[in-house]
Amino acid sequence: MRLFALLLLLCCSMQSYSQDCNYTLQGTLQDFHDSSTLAGATIVVAQTGRAVQTDVEGNFTISSLCKSTYQLQISHPYCSTKVFTVQIPADTIKTFTLEHHLEALNEIIVNGNSSSRQTKTLFENTINQETISDFSGASLGDALNSISGVSSLNTGNAVVKPIINGLHSSRIVLINNGVRMQDQQWGAEHAPTIDINTAGSIKVIKGAGALQYGGNAIGGVIITQAPKIPLLDSLYGKTTLSGSSNGRGGVVSSRVTKSHENGWYTSLQGTLKRFGDFQSPNYILSNTGVFERTFAYRLGYNRIDYGVDAYYSYFRNEIGILRASHIAGAEDQVQAISSDVPLIINDFTYAIGNPRQDVAHHLARIKGFKKIKGLGRVTLQYDFQQNNRLEYDVRRAQQQDKASVDLNLKTHTLKVDLKSDISDNLTISTGVNTDYQTNYANPNTGVRRLIPDYTKYDFGAYLSGDYSISSRWLLEAGFRFDYTYMDAFKFYRKSFWESRGYDTQFADLVVQEYGNQVLTNPKLCFKNPSFTLGSTYNFADTYTLFANYSMASRAPNASELFSEGLHHSASRMELGDLQFDSEIAHKVSVTLQQKGKRFDFTIMPYSNSIDNFILIEPTGIQQTIRGNFQVWEYRQTQAQIFGIDVDATISVFDNLSFNHQFSLVKGYDLLKNQALINMPASSTQNSLVYTHPKFYNLKIRLLSNFVFAQNEYPNTNFEVVLPQSIQTVDISTPPDAYHLLNFNTSVDVSSSLHLGVSVNNVFNTPYRNYLNRLRYYADDLGRNISIQLQFNY
Amino acid sequence: MILVETFQFNYNSIIKSITMKLVQLNSINPFKLKTMKTMKTGAFYALLTLAMLGCSDDDTTPEVINDEELITTVILTLTPDSGDQVVLTTIDLDGDGPDEPVTTVVGSFSENTQYQGAVQFLNETEDPAEDITQEVIEEADEHQVFYTISDGLNITTTYVDFDDNDNPLGVQITLSTGAASEGSLTVTLRHEPVKPNDGLESAGGETDISTSFDVSIQ
Repeated sequence: MRLFALLLLLCCSMQSYSQDCNYTLQGTLQDFHDSSTLAGATIVVAQTGRAVQTDVEGNFTISSLCKSTYQLQISHPYCSTKVFTVQIPADTIKTFTLEHHLEALNEIIVNGNSSSRQTKTLFENTINQETISDFSGASLGDALNSISGVSSLNTGNAVVKPIINGLHSSRIVLINNGVRMQDQQWGAEHAPTIDINTAGSIKVIKGAGALQYGGNAIGGVIITQAPKIPLLDSLYGKTTLSGSSNGRGGVVSSRVTKSHENGWYTSLQGTLKRFGDFQSPNYILSNTGVFERTFAYRLGYNRIDYGVDAYYSYFRNEIGILRASHIAGAEDQVQAISSDVPLIINDFTYAIGNPRQDVAHHLARIKGFKKIKGLGRVTLQYDFQQNNRLEYDVRRAQQQDKASVDLNLKTHTLKVDLKSDISDNLTISTGVNTDYQTNYANPNTGVRRLIPDYTKYDFGAYLSGDYSISSRWLLEAGFRFDYTYMDAFKFYRKSFWESRGYDTQFADLVVQEYGNQVLTNPKLCFKNPSFTLGSTYNFADTYTLFANYSMASRAPNASELFSEGLHHSASRMELGDLQFDSEIAHKVSVTLQQKGKRFDFTIMPYSNSIDNFILIEPTGIQQTIRGNFQVWEYRQTQAQIFGIDVDATISVFDNLSFNHQFSLVKGYDLLKNQALINMPASSTQNSLVYTHPKFYNLKIRLLSNFVFAQNEYPNTNFEVVLPQSIQTVDISTPPDAYHLLNFNTSVDVSSSLHLGVSVNNVFNTPYRNYLNRLRYYADDLGRNISIQLQFNY
Repeated sequence: MILVETFQFNYNSIIKSITMKLVQLNSINPFKLKTMKTMKTGAFYALLTLAMLGCSDDDTTPEVINDEELITTVILTLTPDSGDQVVLTTIDLDGDGPDEPVTTVVGSFSENTQYQGAVQFLNETEDPAEDITQEVIEEADEHQVFYTISDGLNITTTYVDFDDNDNPLGVQITLSTGAASEGSLTVTLRHEPVKPNDGLESAGGETDISTSFDVSIQ
């Protein structure tokens, strides 16, 4: 009898072999929002009762599965336990995305690829909460700088504008908490108005593939997302205190969140940042203080199939601009550039004098979603933004307290999006948005408007979808159309209006003449299609290949169209052109990613070919009663940009790893056959990281940052006749290469107290950066020692 | 305006199409009626707000701004104890615009003569013209007028007016000529220069005026 039973069992087991019960499911568990891996989650196979756990990298393997359908139960400390169904047709590799954000409460999405991605065929870089905390005292731009292929266009050290693969300003779309920021990004000295401490994670997409956010992201998209709120009855918070030696200031940032299991949640966040004059290695950078105040409030209610989320944030930042950089024409430029040290160095102070910027940004957003059976998930969002920018110049005394620039930009946006899972393999997203924007330039400045008053309407619609051909191979395609109508009131100087021939060409635009100025009413209309096509392929277990082609088009901005006169912060005349067409970019990017046990790498070559690329370049010298000024005119050309970004991590030992980053970008003006101006120089970052989790979670990092000298640049030098000599003004030669060493270490003193110490520019190396607009006047920052305390409660 | 009306029309049609969609959905899915109604009302009001905003303040034109701190005119009047005045004038009415400044020299200097000089800065886009010279004198410690003589021109200038710290201002000068010669005389007004200084080259500050005159001593 026993023998019979044994034989029977053997037969069964043999039969099960013949039924193909030797399949393996290799899974990775990721966080829905920042794609960070979830370690320590338990996966139970309902049919067999077998349980496995995810490892440190969020991976798990279940072997000996049959060709069948299984129920998997995944539980993780931060999430509610959930059961769901997986089909096993063969050996299967799946990424499981665990969403514990309340928007899609209790939902675990099982998909061939992580569905949290904004685009599935463009590689996304992510900055997680921990890195964001490290940059608590710095700006969004500084944090983004830690990503390969992302650099920054700076005005001093407080105004930091991100550059993605060589492109910046209006060519980058910034999404803050689901809202497309409208904060006057047309200006080279206008930094994004976002407090980095409000973000839970930051994503960078180096391309225009994420069509739901707009079709004009020729450079790329930056997405900041609020921290996720768990579905628990809980009250928790975090306070970060940091102090820095350079600037003798610090930051206090605090966030308190109350959540309920029934779906209600509320969160309050505030940041205060105060610095005095910063210091270069050898002198004080007079008038470079910063005073930032931000506040954000969030309230929401979420159920599994519907929810509402309201968000309001206020951002205000006062930034001093290096006093020695405030100069007039070419004569002053000669003096400033020829002097090794800034011409004005005062004693350290916290006071912020002129020139300075005072920027306030209000953002209010309400959105709701509803899952409708047979249709999908519908999201409706309305947001309002108001951006008020005040710039103060050094003026004669009665006018010191009067802003020279006072622009108020208001934007209303309404959008509806629909995401449908048509089948297991096919997902379709579609949506429409409409924007209404007004710009108002306050006439009380007593300075002619740099940006005219205008009203702008935008209408956009998109359709995109992705299709999984197999568990390894996915295709994605999308199309978008944007219509922009701009109705502007622009005062031209009559002399300029006539010198351009506009008086005959655009005579019908004239509304009225006022002395030596003419008021005109240009009405411009732009139609911009955009398109994306891509594919993702997984192979050899650990490799993923992303390939994407995107066509994006961008309407010219107000500065490119209407500039006409002296741009004070650049000491030059800037002239726009009413007749510009939209820029059209064709970007092809390929990414090879390898996630191994000891060796990870990502290699990302790209090519971006841009028709009607708008650039500004010097075209001559203009004589005025204030001396000579160089004239820079906007022009459209055919541009070609290509480059490569490399990231690699080697785990030398279990607790020692080596990270490498390299970025190279080259840009050319094909019509003039010369290099494009202001392209970032190649750079490489290498770091050694030592971690000892058992000893207070100790982390030590040594980072070397080497920036090469830019060797390709257009020669924009010019000669100027001074009272006693003729001088060449060298404004184009890039600064030398430099190397900076940074050190930081952190420990978890207790579960609620995290302590970090960092030293930037350890050797106090004097350097100047090609993409810092104040490089002519002063060295960049010297050594900075900072201490950070983080309390979790 | 016609275009604005078109947009209003568009909004209406959008509202209509969304409403119709929602009605259709409601009929399919009667359980969700209440939520749908809320959404519909929300969408309607949001679109209505936009439509109303779309037709506001379109017929008002913005106010013209004339640069307040503009200096259009420099007049340097040089008066000898006896003999003819020399008047040097530069006018640039379009400020930063493309028209070049117009420079005129009335009279010529006599050999070995002392002149009392006074410079005047005006903004002639205002009516009546605004005299900026007064502001410069009031803020003497933040300003200095420099006079630069080209090589070979036998002219020397000396300051006769000073600020509260006894540093030169240069609105009033004494100009002395030597033997017959030709060359250029440059007037430079600097705002917030380093004071005291060793001359224009090292003074720094921001140039408010820089204008050259071709002059001769006969």
